[in-house]
Amino acid sequence: MILTIAFKELRSLLAAPSTWLVLAVLQFILAWFFLARLDAFLQMQPQLAQLANAPGATQAIVVPLFAAAALFMMLLIPVFTMRMISEERRNQTMTLLATAPVSSMQIVLGKFSGLLLFLLPMVLICLLMGLTLDAGTQLDKGLLLANTLGLLLLAASYAALGLYISSLTAQPAMAAIAALAALFGLWLVEASATDNDNAWRMIAPTSHFENLNVGLLNSGDVAYFVLFCAFFLLLAARRLDNNRIYG
Amino acid sequence: MPSATPITLSARNLSRRFGGREVIHNVSLELGRGEVLGLLGHNGAGKSTTLQMLTGALTPHSGEVSICGFDLASQPKEAKARIGFLPETPPLYKDMSVDSYLQFAAKLRSIPQNRIATALAETKRRCGLQDAGKKIIATLSKGYQQRVGIAQAIIHEPEVIILDEPTVGLDPSQIRDIRTLIRELGNAHSVILSTHLLGEVENICNRVEIMHFGRLIYGDSSARMQQYQHQPGFIVSLLSPPEISELQALDGVLEVEPLSATQFRILHRDGANPGAALLELAAQRGWRAEQLVPLQSSLEDVFVKITEAQ
Repeated sequence: MILTIAFKELRSLLAAPSTWLVLAVLQFILAWFFLARLDAFLQMQPQLAQLANAPGATQAIVVPLFAAAALFMMLLIPVFTMRMISEERRNQTMTLLATAPVSSMQIVLGKFSGLLLFLLPMVLICLLMGLTLDAGTQLDKGLLLANTLGLLLLAASYAALGLYISSLTAQPAMAAIAALAALFGLWLVEASATDNDNAWRMIAPTSHFENLNVGLLNSGDVAYFVLFCAFFLLLAARRLDNNRIYG
Repeated sequence: MPSATPITLSARNLSRRFGGREVIHNVSLELGRGEVLGLLGHNGAGKSTTLQMLTGALTPHSGEVSICGFDLASQPKEAKARIGFLPETPPLYKDMSVDSYLQFAAKLRSIPQNRIATALAETKRRCGLQDAGKKIIATLSKGYQQRVGIAQAIIHEPEVIILDEPTVGLDPSQIRDIRTLIRELGNAHSVILSTHLLGEVENICNRVEIMHFGRLIYGDSSARMQQYQHQPGFIVSLLSPPEISELQALDGVLEVEPLSATQFRILHRDGANPGAALLELAAQRGWRAEQLVPLQSSLEDVFVKITEAQ
């Protein structure tokens, strides 16, 4: 049942021309960024060679690429999550799901997995760009995989938050702006926390992504992302239940 | 209601508030298999809200609904699997094709994968959508979209079919098709439809409930409803009519009202129909009787009478 809803969401995302436009633009920018970093690396290589512990290609190219992709995720995911629930409420198609023998949690999980299926290629494309470096140099596979996992978890947590915000309103535009504001707010919390051990830093997904970004895979960060997703998905499911109560 | 028919839907004391205002007060309904129930009422009487509560789209503030013995609140999956619902606005994903939309609806209702194709074909045949399968829903006319909405509600052969104003926006021939379909569905399933078209009730429903300001104020079979406070009488045309007093003098006549020079409306006492006597007299005295039409109160009159009585 979750998969039925997931594939339907995936299909309707892919049926919209705007999706393809956004994906194409994203890919263009990331590829540009990737090539620019590669170019810079090749020019810097003679100087780097003289350093004792010089950063390798993976660290010099892939890490900034994923950091940039993480920033784009923050800007783009609200665009994809905005319609998920709010448009169904506005077009009154939610009734179909609400009166079908599926629970609110299944609806939310279905929509969330549909989004993940859609975001997965975006993450994989970054991985593929990194893997092309393998043709010319020795890659740090561990760092590459940690980054891929990090970007995927970050995208999932943004999607969960976006989905919840989409369930709060019947206006997709409102949902997009509010989700962007929330993600930006979380990022600001992290950016404004001067102290590295500050507890405020801990609540921002970006700070946990940074660890994975530099190749530090620890279970605390992964647990954070899982809890973050679970929290907002639960809230979204509760919100759908409440819609039946408050009408 | 005959006790032999199994009860498919029963709602007890449903109440619902919006804000502080109670819009539905203690509504109780029962429906047996093979019944078509018409829910009548003015705009804003609470019909749609009631139907939404029966299907689980809205939670009632008090009262309970059970579908085929499954409580909608505690066993929602079992209960909802037995309902098909067409809301006021058909819940259509406009960017999908008719086929994929109906397939999605079928999967959502857990129809086994191997039966989806037959269910789809059968439903499309019933709703007259055979040629529309590949079309995108947004490009269909209002009438066809309405049919897709109905198709979505019946694709899983639910025990209880709930239709909120199913014939709104359809042309007369489509309305006839849909009514035939509803009557056909009513044979094997239970159907509730809300409407403000009284003709619809007269045509297809075998029971009527009238809703007024959130209360059910009248419920009966639609044939009996037509007899509600019915004053027996007829309209007679006499081409060379006599004095009114002569008609008045007939046995059983309560009132004679001339409608035109040759037409009279005659009301008579229950059980004493002076029609035959009048025709005999007309033949004897050369009043040249042309036609005699028994008065039938339309549901419209009855509906107005009932709602105004409140």
